[in-house]
Amino acid sequence: MKVILGFMPLLDCASLVVAAERGFAAEEGLELALVRETSWANIRDRVVIGHFDAAHMLGPMTVASTLGIGHVRVPVIAPFALGLGGNAITVSLRLWEQMTQEGATVGAKPGVHATALERVVLRRSEPLTFAMVYPFSCHNYELRYWLAAGRIDPDKDVRLVVIPPPFLVDALRAGQIDGFCVGEPWNSVAVQAGVGTIVVPTTAIWPSSPEKVLGCRLEWAQRHPKQLAALMRAIYRASRWCDQPENHAELAKLLAQPRYVGAPADLLQQALGSRLTLTTNTPAVQLEDFFTPSRHNATFPWVSHALWFYEQMLRWKQIEFAPNQVAAVRATYRPDLYRAALASISEDIPADDTKIERFFDGGAFDPQSFETQR
Amino acid sequence: MSDPALRILLVDQNVTRASILEEGLREAGYTHVSVVRDMQNLLRRIVDADPDVIFIDLENPNRDVLEQMFQVSRCVQRPIAMFVDHSDTDMIRAAVESGVGAYVVDGLRKERVKSILDMAVSRFNAFSQLRDELERAKQELEDRKIVERAKGILMKERGITEEAAYGLLRKAAMNENRRVAEVAQSLVTATRLLK
Repeated sequence: MKVILGFMPLLDCASLVVAAERGFAAEEGLELALVRETSWANIRDRVVIGHFDAAHMLGPMTVASTLGIGHVRVPVIAPFALGLGGNAITVSLRLWEQMTQEGATVGAKPGVHATALERVVLRRSEPLTFAMVYPFSCHNYELRYWLAAGRIDPDKDVRLVVIPPPFLVDALRAGQIDGFCVGEPWNSVAVQAGVGTIVVPTTAIWPSSPEKVLGCRLEWAQRHPKQLAALMRAIYRASRWCDQPENHAELAKLLAQPRYVGAPADLLQQALGSRLTLTTNTPAVQLEDFFTPSRHNATFPWVSHALWFYEQMLRWKQIEFAPNQVAAVRATYRPDLYRAALASISEDIPADDTKIERFFDGGAFDPQSFETQR
Repeated sequence: MSDPALRILLVDQNVTRASILEEGLREAGYTHVSVVRDMQNLLRRIVDADPDVIFIDLENPNRDVLEQMFQVSRCVQRPIAMFVDHSDTDMIRAAVESGVGAYVVDGLRKERVKSILDMAVSRFNAFSQLRDELERAKQELEDRKIVERAKGILMKERGITEEAAYGLLRKAAMNENRRVAEVAQSLVTATRLLK
């Protein structure tokens, strides 16, 4: 059976590409047609109207579609995650210079950098401008979390704008923005171009932080349960393949092709190995689990992720609370489908649907107390 | 039924397509139509134009930029809805299939917008058709050139007439279930390699 999948040119489309290119989909009797898209809005629309059977989606986007924020309300589910981590916050060399005068040093902890940034913000008359990729994205929420932890109000003390990933480096160079939060390879591209310094890999803000998911309409999942399960098995095996360091060189070359990510293979390979060059003329540093395509249950759709996204939507006033929303949010992430599809091939599937999520500043998100408080 | 008072903003980097739609809207009696091609200061332009309806082409990555501007309602004077009607997936389907994204000011009645949207969809479709025809014409010209060269090679190598050369190419194409131009291309490439 043919399955049409939309994707955006980013490092974490890797498992989808490998499922299609290295025979994992064919083993499951699937023919994957990958369609590269230019905007997240297009991905959402084409999933909603059925052009795509499933897609590489931002985790929070599936929740937004299910709740009907920002667009039509269409129940979309996330039965499978496409890895953890892979994002970073990069600032312009000018802002970096100002931050170093306030105590920032290359590779310091996110708290140190947040404090340095706060001091810079307090001195300025004109607000700094930070970019991210979409309003309903982990990038937006991670950036806001970090800023707020440094006592910077993301809605008052700085300007937050959306810029598509391929334009970020130019915008930083031109001084239109002072920093951004984006997935790889775009942070490394900015460093290599000599226009930015990576201040925070977002896994330092939130270890094992979620990113993209495999999203599809609930209605499609109900009509094609066998195909969806087969698709999940194919992508799961592909994600295991992507996790093996000995495959990284080959994978980087594959992704570097213009029809996939279209970025330099050496930068892609570095990020696949959780290595980042934080600033120009320094050697790459090895980070712990910066990007994990498969290990540590990286493909499991934790319901606590969906609930945390929802909490951010409330926190940043993207939505007003209504009592029926919590159940809808929970139903967006589908560990039940994950378990049913992968029970025969994966040995370490979590028994719980949620876990306590912990952050760099000592903050924790406990989904159970969140639900009882609401 | 057109409503000339409606302000319409087109965001399209393709000059031809933007003018096709602009012209269609003006012909239909919409006098307040403005076009943004350059993405710099997009927000400023939107605020100045204060549009009731915004169209953006779907090849444009800046669609995500627009969506965020609408999220942050203080950016624009009036709240903008992501689509004509939150329940109307048919309208979205027609628009997306023709390659256009549409946004309207909240509270604008559906019937006031329907005719403009239909216009945008049909003009975008007309543009795609035009582009397809152009591509086809280009392809045909390329095909004709390559077939001419292949015929020339056959005529020279085998000492046959132009007609006979074409006959050979056509027969090979039929046998191999390929296009004449493809067979011609193989012949031209092979000849170049053998030289």
